[in-house]
Amino acid sequence: MKHLILTTALVLSAPAAFACETVTVGDLTIQHAWSKASIGVDRPAVFYVEITNSGSSDDALVGISTPAAGMPMLHETVVTDGIASMPHAMSVPVPAGQTVQLAPGGYHGMLMGLTAALKEGDRFPVTLTFEKAGAVTANVDVLPLRSEGPDCADAGQ
Amino acid sequence: MRLRTLQIILWTAAILGTAIFAWARWPAGNQAATETVSAFEPSFALADSEGKLRTNAEFRGKFLLVFFGFTNCPDVCPTTLAEVAQVMDNLGPETDKVLPIFISVDPERDRRLGMSAYTEAFHPAILGLAGTEAETRAAAESFKIFYGRENDGKSPDGYTMSHSSGLFLVGPDGAWLRQFAYGTPAADILSDLKSRF
Repeated sequence: MKHLILTTALVLSAPAAFACETVTVGDLTIQHAWSKASIGVDRPAVFYVEITNSGSSDDALVGISTPAAGMPMLHETVVTDGIASMPHAMSVPVPAGQTVQLAPGGYHGMLMGLTAALKEGDRFPVTLTFEKAGAVTANVDVLPLRSEGPDCADAGQ
Repeated sequence: MRLRTLQIILWTAAILGTAIFAWARWPAGNQAATETVSAFEPSFALADSEGKLRTNAEFRGKFLLVFFGFTNCPDVCPTTLAEVAQVMDNLGPETDKVLPIFISVDPERDRRLGMSAYTEAFHPAILGLAGTEAETRAAAESFKIFYGRENDGKSPDGYTMSHSSGLFLVGPDGAWLRQFAYGTPAADILSDLKSRF
């Protein structure tokens, strides 16, 4: 029985392993990089991530690129008086000493022009470019369409 | 002296009256904003993914969970439809009392991309509808919601849509009941539904 529980726990936690990885560049820590399974190849996929700036100067995420999509862009979901719109975001501020989330209902990467449909369990790299810290590549886990985020032991969400 | 007493009585009455009026109005006003506006019956006549015209009249007897959106939307629509799917799963044996409906505000493109592949990816119970431009406009007006097309050279096909992000509940008698604001947890929607069965 103990073995069964342990195995189940391992199997359940395995898909979230990459999203729970941490990469750093300068004073920035990037973790919880995840996406959702896409519906075919013609509709855009999404990219979410968490960025912590432990330094003393502000930075900003100014772009993303990935071999998984021809046209990845930063967007922000804005709900005003019950109306949702998703304007293009020129950059996502990452203020000194703060953690910024690209998460459902807020900032997110919109991955247009997918090279292949994203399937649950897939992994792909996304390179994040910051105004000051430069570029860093994170591995993104494709979670189920209905997922609300990676299940990491240290996930502060 | 008598005049002064009268003045005090009148002032007290006026203040009391104002207070009672405010007390009576305020909760009612709040209630109206979130819960029941004077009853109205939203209507729609829109094609399903097989091209068959579906109208609100045929769904009498069921609670309808109606969401307006478009399938090229990576964040808001999938989040809401995932919640709806969770609600449907958790309804268990009472699942047939509720019909979730996704109405496209971008019908031409969504028909081309395929409505059923989109809704089925979330939950097989979700009915996807995509009518003509005029039918869609009429449905939105009857639900008293907004949608609009925004030109954006950097979006797929050069445009994106903005739309009311609420989830609307229609009763078995066809009357509009309430809306759930974007981000309402599935558990809250579920308990609201169950309280009405």
